Amino acid sequence: MIIRSIGQQVRRRLGVYWKLIKSLQTGLLLLTGLAGYMSARCPVITWRTLLALTGSLFLAISGSTVLNMVYDRDIDAQMKRTCNRPLPLGQIRVVEALVLGVGLSILGIGWAFLLSPIYGIVVFAGFFFDIVVYTIWLKRRTAWSIVWGGIAGGMPILAGRALGVGQIDWIGLLLSLAVLLWIPTHIMTFNLRHKADYQHTGVPTFPSAYGDRVTYLAIALSSVVASVAMGIAAYGIGMTWGYLRVLVVLSAGLLVLAVSSVVRPSVRLNFGLFKFASIYMLSSMLLVLVETM
Amino acid sequence: MRDISALDRVLLLLTALLSAYQIAVGIEGLGSLAVICYTIAFGVLLVASLILIILGFEALESPHVVVIAALIPLGLSLGLISQYVPTYQVGYMAFAVLGFLAIGITRYLTPGRIATITLALVHGTAGLLIFILPIVFSLQGVARPGFILVGIGGGLIGIGGLLLAFLRTGRPLLSAKTIYTVLPVLLLMMTVAFVIGLALA
Repeated sequence: MIIRSIGQQVRRRLGVYWKLIKSLQTGLLLLTGLAGYMSARCPVITWRTLLALTGSLFLAISGSTVLNMVYDRDIDAQMKRTCNRPLPLGQIRVVEALVLGVGLSILGIGWAFLLSPIYGIVVFAGFFFDIVVYTIWLKRRTAWSIVWGGIAGGMPILAGRALGVGQIDWIGLLLSLAVLLWIPTHIMTFNLRHKADYQHTGVPTFPSAYGDRVTYLAIALSSVVASVAMGIAAYGIGMTWGYLRVLVVLSAGLLVLAVSSVVRPSVRLNFGLFKFASIYMLSSMLLVLVETM
Repeated sequence: MRDISALDRVLLLLTALLSAYQIAVGIEGLGSLAVICYTIAFGVLLVASLILIILGFEALESPHVVVIAALIPLGLSLGLISQYVPTYQVGYMAFAVLGFLAIGITRYLTPGRIATITLALVHGTAGLLIFILPIVFSLQGVARPGFILVGIGGGLIGIGGLLLAFLRTGRPLLSAKTIYTVLPVLLLMMTVAFVIGLALA
């Protein structure tokens, strides 16, 4: 009876923790890290390193996500989209979440440094840009903070690549640039869809600072440049023509949607572009993974 | 407008995955023109399936759909011509390019009867070629019997194209709800037929 009750409590707690780490976003960033590593190709890849990369990145990304949630809990509580998160709902105490975030981050970054110093530095840079520069310093001051959020998001793929090749090379930087440019489109799309929410919290966003039209243009432009960066990086990796053709086709689809969203801007089309850009990013990573296996 | 269901999304995802497979693996080793044509045709299928998954059937309301969808039969038919009767490839390529331009120009500049006739002529010719050529080549022994599946795919694409074209012109052959119900199934069956048929050719 007691064991059963403890089991239920643990399960409930883990459920709350799972919500705190934004599993979908963490999963996608983790996938970019794996793709970055796999892009280095054999004979560098070993399963032991691959598992260590997965573990360390998962912990580091989860940790920074939890800390982000802790810091932004006041904003989350004011927005319809985020008010159901564990902290605003009081499902977890702030101290507990803080300890969890710090613990996960230390474990993840520490493990990363043990694997390889250069990999550890890049993972730490991702944590630093996300928490210190983006969340604490710039998010509540300027709409341009999303660039720094993007840089943080581009770090897992750069870290994976750096672990695989042992250095930071132009392919890693291009892969990182592609993710970096995708992340602002993600944030700006949410800014547009939940404009009133953001205005209510007073967080500066692109739509509030520059208007919807400029935001649509920025989303379209960054989506296109992201796909170009991804394409060049894929070519640099040595992706076969078959997979490159799929990438070109998906890029063409992205371009058509981007142009349409600028010519006839609408929230629905913009959301479609954002979703397609996300599928594009996911597909690109899967193509890199499948192709290098 | 019928809302897109979970089953529709699954069927469309399978269509997208099969199209991606065909582009990446299925057309390796063919001539350059055939690869480009099949990439365009299956590429439109891939992107269209993804857009339908994301935006739902409302995406079909766009005036651009008819023009872009024409790339599927034109790409497939030109690919087949270049692969099996290359002596006609230059002439048919001219027909495909001019036909595509004519569909676009008439659709945007003179929507109405002229646009519908142009679409029916170009789409119909390409659809007939995709339907007839594989059957003829299989019967003649130029290709293996499995190639007939491409012809069946051609038949399905013809049915789908007609249903959508008449729906767009305001004189639907079936109710919009029925068309949207069968469309994901039709797209998947058509893609399966093309992929298997081309592999067995």
